[in-house]
Amino acid sequence: MTPAVEVPVERNYLDAETGIKSWLLTLDHKRIGLLYVASVTVLFFIGGFFALLMRLQLLEPYGWLVGPQIYNKLFTMHGIIMVWFFLIPSIPNTLGNFFIPMMIGAKDVAFPKLNLLSWYIFNLAAFVALYSMIRGGVDTGWTFYTPFSTGFSTTYVSTAALGVFISGFSSILTGLNFIVTIHRMRAPGLTWFRLPLFIWSHYATSIILVLATPVLAITLLMVMVERIFRVGIYDPALGGDPVLFQHMFWFYSHPAVYIMVLPAMAVISELVPTFSRKPLFGYKFVAFASIAIAAIGFLVWGHHMFVAGQSMYSALAFSFLSYLVAVPSAIKVFNWSATMYKGSISWDTPMLYAIGFIGLFTVGGMTGLFLAALGIDVHVTDTYFVIAHFHYIMVGGTVMGYLGGMHYFWPKITGKLYWEPLAKLSALIVFLGFNLTFFPQFILGYMGMPRRYAAYAPEFHMLNVLSTAGASILGVGYVLPLLYLTWSWRYGKPAGPNPWRATGLEWQTPSPPPRENFEETPVVTRGPYDFGGLREELRLG
Amino acid sequence: MADPTALLLREQYNNPVQQRESSTFGMWIFIMTEVMLFGGLFLAFTVYRMKFPESFIVGSGDMSITLGAINTAVLIGSSFTMALAVFSAETGNRRMLSIFLLATMFLGLVFLGIKFTEYYQHYQEHRAPGIWFDYRGPNPGQVEMFFLLYFLMTGLHAVHMFVGEGILTAMLIRNRAGSFSAEYHTPVELTGLYWHFVDIIWVFLFAIFYVEGLHLHKL
Repeated sequence: MTPAVEVPVERNYLDAETGIKSWLLTLDHKRIGLLYVASVTVLFFIGGFFALLMRLQLLEPYGWLVGPQIYNKLFTMHGIIMVWFFLIPSIPNTLGNFFIPMMIGAKDVAFPKLNLLSWYIFNLAAFVALYSMIRGGVDTGWTFYTPFSTGFSTTYVSTAALGVFISGFSSILTGLNFIVTIHRMRAPGLTWFRLPLFIWSHYATSIILVLATPVLAITLLMVMVERIFRVGIYDPALGGDPVLFQHMFWFYSHPAVYIMVLPAMAVISELVPTFSRKPLFGYKFVAFASIAIAAIGFLVWGHHMFVAGQSMYSALAFSFLSYLVAVPSAIKVFNWSATMYKGSISWDTPMLYAIGFIGLFTVGGMTGLFLAALGIDVHVTDTYFVIAHFHYIMVGGTVMGYLGGMHYFWPKITGKLYWEPLAKLSALIVFLGFNLTFFPQFILGYMGMPRRYAAYAPEFHMLNVLSTAGASILGVGYVLPLLYLTWSWRYGKPAGPNPWRATGLEWQTPSPPPRENFEETPVVTRGPYDFGGLREELRLG
Repeated sequence: MADPTALLLREQYNNPVQQRESSTFGMWIFIMTEVMLFGGLFLAFTVYRMKFPESFIVGSGDMSITLGAINTAVLIGSSFTMALAVFSAETGNRRMLSIFLLATMFLGLVFLGIKFTEYYQHYQEHRAPGIWFDYRGPNPGQVEMFFLLYFLMTGLHAVHMFVGEGILTAMLIRNRAGSFSAEYHTPVELTGLYWHFVDIIWVFLFAIFYVEGLHLHKL
């Protein structure tokens, strides 16, 4: 039957304009978010490819695939790509960009042109970094430690550092945009304590982005100046101080860990209430825990330098502060668990990732306490224990949060549902593959296997084989979502505005949302996880 | 006639107040990032100043306090004309706004002219770091460190001055096109914020590089 009157189909943000130009010149935060998804996905698989080669190399005790020079370049490029071109932008620039304005009932971010500019800067930065790799790569490790990076390495250090330097501007613009957006663009009635915790966590992330990134920029600028003009800022032969580099580098790079993990916590704080059908336990504590993590996170950088000739007293202070930063992180874990307690939990794919996150982040966090303890740190410094620890945070934390968030928000982004059984299976594959890859590395590190070597003693063989096997499983777990999510965009079933029966403002608008997000600016009258209020509204229609 | 200010309201905002507050707030956050950027260099300066106090005072003795002082006066003068430009914008006086923007640009260029004269003198005296550096006294490496930080920090400052000149030019063009009025002049205000910030950085640079070795100057 044909309806007598043609119902006008609402023009959503995907169909509002078409053609490649409408994407490349878009000022729509939702489209820019998707542009970022495309960029970071490509870069994630490039970085992952380097990791795969590394794991293959370590299948045999003395290595078999590449020589030590190439291996040095592999772990360096894996680190640079994954840290600056995947983990830092992964959640904020994709999901954050897409959902911060929607969650606060705004039409867009405060500065849409800067938002698009930051995507172009990011791609330029990635291009420069990739160019340094095509030309022959870098062998300093992602940390660019001096004096090796400035005085000895003959690889493309300056080019790679330039790439990271440029990417910093993209980070700064994003952080600035988010802070102003969250302060000034909230819908009427949306007070600070009615904000979803996704917003609080991204707010804390943005503060770190704007305060820490400039310091990295100036640090790397000095590395480039030192290399290009042959002058000594960090080079001890010319009166410089290489430890100054470490201070400045970690002043950025430790807070950068929180840039990576706070947005994942942001996602988890949305998933847990939605799939437990309960308001988040201790809302204000979780909100302020985000701010506390950002604040204390600036004061712990010295724990990367316990064996770098630091004074005993500063080591003690940094050790204490590193324990302290675990407190707000633990508050979050406890509050997520308390939210699930006696909740009506549904085991949808996003929730599987959320639970995976909580478990893996706890392991990563607890082993962080081991490393904050001075005695243990001296024993396991520069071993696979450290590698396993930060991969539990970065991969077990951030990547799980990213995938959980992508699955949760996918129906809103595309308006389509993915095939749930396959999604659940791949969540399980990711979890198992991850643990098989990285848990043996804790043991390897404890037994004394050093990081960044292309070969190892034969007694570590068994555990390395397990780790490589896990990596190949993990790889499958990462490729699957790429396939079925892309497939669902075209062939998936329509999702409807609120498939998870979630409470946020972003679910009260059609999927995919219209260009201006809401037909009229919403007025907020209730808290963020008010399921009773939502039921009432749904019942009244 | 339609409300002329409505035309200048970008679509993401609900009202002009929100737009102005957002822009101003964004500028302050940008200035915060600049403080952190220069902060890294000030940290490096402090560390090496503590490590090599004598050599840094020797290096500072090679500065021309006369040119430095003139430049400081020129830059503070330019902050004054910038403040007058913002005042003219607030009162809707487009002619005076153009004049004061031009005056600020002129003083900025005078500053840069003097700065590059100084750079050239340092280069001729073999004080430019790297392959050009030649110092026959004790601890040449430490003196070179002083000059390296001097070139880096004043150089980064000069880059900011060039950017400022570009922004002032843009403001001048927009003002001549009639974009600003007593109701809408946020960009001029933000330019003022930026310009004052760059001036303040210079005041610190003047203190740490020029004033320290003052007693060594022949004046």
